[in-house]
This record gives sequence, C-alpha cells and structure tokens, in this order.
Amino acid sequence: MRRARLGFWLFLAPVLAWLVLLIVLPHLDLLVMSLRSGSGSRASWTLQNYANFFGEPIYWLTFVRTAMYSVITTAITFLLAMPVAFYIAKVARVRLQGFLLTLLLLPFWVSELVRIYGWMILLRESGVVNFALLKLGLADAPVEMLYNDATMIMGLVYTSMLFMVVPLVSAVESLDDSLIEAAHDLGAGRAAIWWRIILPHCKPGITSGAIVVFMLCLGNYLTPNLMGGKNSLWFTEQIYNQFIASFNWNQGAAFGFLLLALSSAIIWIGLKITGQKLGEVAS
Amino acid sequence: MIRTLPNSRAYSWSYAAFVVLYFVFLFAPLAVTCVLAFNDSNFPSLPWYGFSLDWFASPGPERVGILHDAQNLRAIWTSFQTAFWVSIMTVVVGTCAAFLFEQENFPLKGALYFLMLAPLVIPGVILGISQLLAANTAGFFIEDTFGLDVPFLRPSFWLVVLGQFSFITTFVTLVVSARLRKFDRTLEEAALNLGANRWQVIRHITLPYLRPAIVGAGTVAFLMSFENFNTTLFLVGSEPTLPINLYLQVRDGSTPVINAISLLLIVGSSILAVANLWVSRKA
Repeated sequence: MRRARLGFWLFLAPVLAWLVLLIVLPHLDLLVMSLRSGSGSRASWTLQNYANFFGEPIYWLTFVRTAMYSVITTAITFLLAMPVAFYIAKVARVRLQGFLLTLLLLPFWVSELVRIYGWMILLRESGVVNFALLKLGLADAPVEMLYNDATMIMGLVYTSMLFMVVPLVSAVESLDDSLIEAAHDLGAGRAAIWWRIILPHCKPGITSGAIVVFMLCLGNYLTPNLMGGKNSLWFTEQIYNQFIASFNWNQGAAFGFLLLALSSAIIWIGLKITGQKLGEVAS
Repeated sequence: MIRTLPNSRAYSWSYAAFVVLYFVFLFAPLAVTCVLAFNDSNFPSLPWYGFSLDWFASPGPERVGILHDAQNLRAIWTSFQTAFWVSIMTVVVGTCAAFLFEQENFPLKGALYFLMLAPLVIPGVILGISQLLAANTAGFFIEDTFGLDVPFLRPSFWLVVLGQFSFITTFVTLVVSARLRKFDRTLEEAALNLGANRWQVIRHITLPYLRPAIVGAGTVAFLMSFENFNTTLFLVGSEPTLPINLYLQVRDGSTPVINAISLLLIVGSSILAVANLWVSRKA
C-alpha cells in the first residue's frame, strides 16, 4: 500500500507542477498586472487600465467587433459544415466515407500560416483569381480582394472549419438511420426531419464545435492580421500592440484579461444553455 | 435524404456538387501554393513561365532557394528542436496525468480535472502573454532575492518550449486517457496476483497497451508545436521558429521561396498525418 501511495505522488507531482506553475500562477499574475500601474517598487494598485478600455472607443469597439465577427464566423462555419458532415456520415457510399474523412482532415495538418498564405496568393491584386478573371474577360482591371472584412471572415471560417466538421460527423454518425426512416414513413418532410430529429440529436456535437470555433476565432491573430484591412483591427492585435509596440504591459494585461473573461463567459453560457459539462464536450 | 430513402435526381446531384465545391474550397489554396513553387518567376503569381527548381536549389545571388537560405534553414532547425522537446515533455507529463485521472482517487480530483481542461478554452495569445508576464515576474524575483540572472526566463528557446508545453499536454492527456479508459484492469490484477509490483505492471502491461495512443499523441504534439504561432509570438527570443519567421516574410512581401517551404511543410505534415492514421488504424 505504501508503495502505491508513492506511485500516486509520482503521478501527481509533474501534473501539479504543470498546472500550478504554467497555468494558475501566470493567469493570476495576468490579473495582478492588469490591476497595477508602473513596475518595480513604484507600482501601485489601480483600475485605470480598465477605465482606459471603457473610455477609449477604439478599444471597446474593437472588442465588440471581435466578439460579433467571431459569432458570425461560428454561425457560417456551422451552416457550411453541417451539410458536409451529414453527407459524409449518411449520404456518401460507405466505401467512400473513410476516404472523404481523411481528405477532410488533411489540410488542417498544415500550418495555419501556409493556408493563409495560399489564400493571399489566390486573392491579392496580382493573384491567381484576378489573373483568371482578366484572362476570361470577366474583369477589366484587377480587383483587390484581400484586406476587407468579408475576406477576413472567409479566412476565419476556413481556418476553423475542421473543429466544426469533426464533432458534427461523429454526432451525425451516432444517429440511428431507422429514426429518420420512421419519420419519413410517418410523412415528415425534410425540414421537419432536420428540425425535430437530426439537429436535436446533434446538439452536443454542435455545442463542442461551436465552442472551439468561437474560441479559436476570438484568439486568432494571423488571419485578421494578414487578410483583414486597416479597418479590421482584431482585439488580439490590440493586445500585441500594447505588449510589443507600446511596451505597456499593464494595459496589455488588462486587455488580455478582458478577452479571457469574454471567452470564458461565452463558453459558460453555451454550456449552460445546452446543459452540458466541459468534461463531456472535451471528450 | 439518407442512403435508404428515395431521392430526386436533381437533389442528389446538387448535394454532391455542393460537397465537391466544398473540397475545392478546402484544397485550392494549398494546391496553388504548391504549383507556384515551381514557376520560373520572381513572384508567387501567374502567368506560368515554365517549370523550375530555382526556389528549392538555386544558390543565389538573384534567387536563393530554400536549400541555400540560411535564415529559413535556421528557423526550421529551431522549430525541429522545439517540437522535439515539447513532444517528449508533453508525452511524459500527459501520460502521468492520464494515470492520475483514470486510476487514482483523491480529494479535489474534479477541480484538478477541470483545471487540466482549462488550456483548451484559453486563447493561445492569452497563454503567451500570461507566461511572458509570469516568467518576467519570476526573473525579477530571483534576481532581487538571490542576485541570480536566469536567462531562460526572458523570451528565449526554453520559454517557447514551456509555453507550448502548457497547452499541448492537455491534448496528450485526453488522447492517452481515452485509451487507458478502455483498458481491462483485470489484466493488472492478474499480474499483481502473480507477484508483479505496480511498476512492473505499468512497465510490462499497461504501457505496451498504451503505446499506440502515446505514439499518436506524440506525433500530434510534434506537429502542434512545429506549427504553433499564437503562443510562440510572445515568447520568442532571438531564435525565431519557422512560423514566426515565415510570418515576418509574408507580412513584408513575399518571394516564391515561401511557396517552396510551404510545399515541404505540406508534404511533411501529410506524411505524418497518414502515418499517424495508419498507426491508430492498426491499434
């Protein structure tokens, strides 16, 4: 028995070290830092960093924009991923299923930067799409398709698609075909089958997909930075500016904490509405 | 609707067309990136001037291929080293955590499990800044108290490793736990009855059973580390990893050498992905 306890401590020690030193303490430090001004011995407690956020429209407008666009992106991702997931799980021939699923996963093993770069050389003024449009006579002069909000949202949808499709495929797969057949035999139309049978069954998959996609959008830096225009500032860019450009770590910490609070709140609400626990969604 | 139910021809065809379009959307940026790596041109764009391997092998001075591009080669090497250490550390601690949460019972287990899941829902940028802050605080503290200067607490190679380790360990834990949960514990009891001690049981029975999950999780950890951008951005010192280095090049205008690197990344990660799939199929 004593030896078994030793084993327990050997498992516990590295896990505790990881979680306390790299997760708990840094985020407490983030909170403390956001409530202070200056550094070293001249530091004092203050709420000024948060007051700056609410007092300066550019800050909170960026925050609201980031949240709104993340919600929109999550919704579009769901609308695009649902039919694809349903096709793979229920419509495609069984022999094709595994192949399609592998094909679906493949692009997401590649770095996000490479995927964004691919879109940039497709869409920019001297890009491949413009070249094709000019050759086909569909445009008289090259159109700049990068650096606007619509393209940025498309990029965000593209980069986070996988995290919606995978949980949806496994959710749809676990639905018993006979339920759909029964509904069909009893005269239900397509809309009714989707609304009353498929979507309620997929709720856990939809929740976990939506949570992950939302969080990834909120915390994304590359896509808004490289595909968004001058006016599509993302909140992570504000954090970066405070830390690296202005070197105002207290202000940056306050922004970081606000972003963390927002993402935690939305995830908590999402779990509450659908009555699930984080542990269930994660597995 | 589904395989067993009758569908109108138009419906089936338009559904299939939608899925095909989706896959085109998925692969277009990657395909274009790869093809343009071979274009005999100084810009990553059309028209096609002919096939060339300049962007891989040309020694310069006008075109510097990736094989002669010292800066990018150094970044690739840094990323390799980072990913190597991250995958080893995450596998060790993640396996400990899996044993801890699946086989041990202790007070506050639920709370610790929740904490273990937290990195899943913390945006990568926030992890990066909070770790930067905490390392800085710890550095100041050690310098003030002991008069010691700890170089790795400033943005540096090891800080990047720790930052990536802090959230990738959660993924490893989840993958290894999932397999450990399916383990038949009577095998352990049998071995214990036959006189083995706990360590012999783990070494000869449980770990061999877990091996496919550990190898798979290690591969994923390697790729996640190799491609990480958000967390690394804030912790990187004078040795940029490949994604950071590529980002700086893409932001400030690009040459087809980026296409060449992207192609290598796409091929490399596809091989790893397929190998990983093959290992998990066999398990």
